[in-house]
Amino acid sequence: MRRTLFESLTRRPLTETPPTADNAALAELAASLDRAARQRLGRSLAIREVDAGSCNGCELEIHALNNAFYDLERFGLRFVASPRHADVLLVTGPVTRNMREALERTFNATPEPKWVVAVGRCAADGGVFAGSYAVVGGVDAVIPADLHIAGCPPTPLQLLQGLLALLAPRRDRVAPQP
Amino acid sequence: MPVLADILAQGQRVVGHRPWPRYQVTPEAWNQAASAIAAGRASLFGLWGDTGAAPMVNMAIIEESSGDIAVASLACPMRKFPSVGALHPPAIRLERAIHSLCGLEPVGAPDTRPWLDFGFWNVKHPLGECAPVAAAPGAYAFLPAEGAALHQIPVGPVHAGTIEPGHFRFTASGETVVRLEERLGYVHKGIESLMAGATIERAAQLAARASGDSTVAYGIAFAHAVEAALGIEAPARARYVRALMAELERLANHLGDIGAICNDAAFALMQAHCAVLREEVLRAAARSFGHRLMMDRVVPGGVAADLHADGPNVIRALLQDIRLRFPRLVELYDNTASLQDRTAAAGVVSVDLVRRFAASGYIGRASGRGFDARKTPGYAPYDRLDFTVPVLTEGDVDARIWIRVREVEQSLQLIEQILATLPGGPVATALEGGDGEGLGLAEGFRGDVLAWVRLDGLSVVRCHLRDPSWFQWPLLESAVEGNIVADFPLCNKSFNCSYSGHDL
Repeated sequence: MRRTLFESLTRRPLTETPPTADNAALAELAASLDRAARQRLGRSLAIREVDAGSCNGCELEIHALNNAFYDLERFGLRFVASPRHADVLLVTGPVTRNMREALERTFNATPEPKWVVAVGRCAADGGVFAGSYAVVGGVDAVIPADLHIAGCPPTPLQLLQGLLALLAPRRDRVAPQP
Repeated sequence: MPVLADILAQGQRVVGHRPWPRYQVTPEAWNQAASAIAAGRASLFGLWGDTGAAPMVNMAIIEESSGDIAVASLACPMRKFPSVGALHPPAIRLERAIHSLCGLEPVGAPDTRPWLDFGFWNVKHPLGECAPVAAAPGAYAFLPAEGAALHQIPVGPVHAGTIEPGHFRFTASGETVVRLEERLGYVHKGIESLMAGATIERAAQLAARASGDSTVAYGIAFAHAVEAALGIEAPARARYVRALMAELERLANHLGDIGAICNDAAFALMQAHCAVLREEVLRAAARSFGHRLMMDRVVPGGVAADLHADGPNVIRALLQDIRLRFPRLVELYDNTASLQDRTAAAGVVSVDLVRRFAASGYIGRASGRGFDARKTPGYAPYDRLDFTVPVLTEGDVDARIWIRVREVEQSLQLIEQILATLPGGPVATALEGGDGEGLGLAEGFRGDVLAWVRLDGLSVVRCHLRDPSWFQWPLLESAVEGNIVADFPLCNKSFNCSYSGHDL
């Protein structure tokens, strides 16, 4: 173990330079959140991930955000175990009828102010599962989503770009509404 | 098929079912087959309902010694069939699902509670008569555990980590788990219903999303089934490219699992290093195939796109890197007594239980069952590749880690062989419509995936997908018994069953 730890001290870090926030995500946030809400988004956000019916592909890529290459925590974003500790709900999957109530309860258990990020194609509109008897549809069909990150599944880079929009410095943001 | 031949010979062979036979059998032969499975003379491989023009239940059976496979079909004109679960418990959940989805009732079944259906769908028996009903969720009756000192702990469906939803009902005596009962179905998306009537192309996309971590394995199983039904074969190069993707998928998942299991024993160092290796596999996959998880790359008839020109070099560099760094991580695991203290003797599954459930993958192999669909019945190109299937008998978390470690080593050398012998030529065959039935298998990282399909032209009439988790989830209930509640995440991660693949 000592050898492994010492080597990590001398080796260059694997962590990549941060990407810039996704423009589409910035625009969507500017449109959906009022100025006061955006001011309250600080540089430290607690994320609660909720799988509302996904195939688990999105979960794999969300997991990857924690690896040394993407190292989500350096941005002040971290995953928490309870919705009661969360500022952001990261929701994946088409919302299944069997998960609808659990998603609503998780949303209700999250204290205000809170934001919902819908991750992946299915979370946008049900994706390939739209129209099934067992699927309600996208996340918006159940709780209001503030931001959508596209992809099937989105790559960790796409996830990072979308999430960074939540944290983007104010000068990068679209001009505040009067 | 020596044991089952007599039983199935009483039935009538169905024309156009490939590559293994399907027989229309009498209720007596159905019961005899179920008894033979219960006696351990053959293994249950799948059990599903089919409510086309004539409702029937199908039971896939494999004789492991010979690799022979057959499907027994029993017509259910009265929408009832003799329960297999009454004789052979591993069939119980499958039968509950058949009742909930197709409306076919297993007569004499020991457990008649619904499965997957929570009462929220607005329809009843969605794969059967699909009658509209008002949503009426009722309370679910968990199995009782009685005693003065017992208490219940409900966990889920929303869990503390970034994992899929499922409900676990623990009954504990102090710290010790007396009974665990799983309730699954939260991520049921109605995939089989969406597949009915879909084009082969759309059905393949749905199959690829049955369980995202096994998207290549599902792609291959579905492609095998469709190709068998149409009586065609994918070109040689396509089969090698599929195997290359399958082994990369196995590598990525095993590396991720080894780290994540150690992390659940609070040993984060392994997780950090394994996650780096996993990421490198996914990046190599993206550069070689254009998608990190290689989703939608396997299609019936071949593969959607050939390996990129610099793919072989990218993958060879990846192999070199893993060979350099992985052995040291294995050594770290092997020499950390505090970690082994958590994993050794935790979550034991008995050899006998694994054999009865015919559990596959690392769960089976850690408890003495060396079944691997790549060997038995086997499929191209693995018949031309040299590899061994590791088997242990301890059946604990530690053994499930070691099986993964050995499989990583096997996958590395399989990939090397595939790259060295990759044939040239086309990577896809055009599909021409047909109206056959096909059964397909693929060995995913978790175990064998079974796909069964009935085609009409270029569209799917009915498709059934059976995840390996169906025969693994029930064993988790047994593995946890007698362990402390705090060791459940560790045991669960060492199983890493699919929620989505099971719920479908």
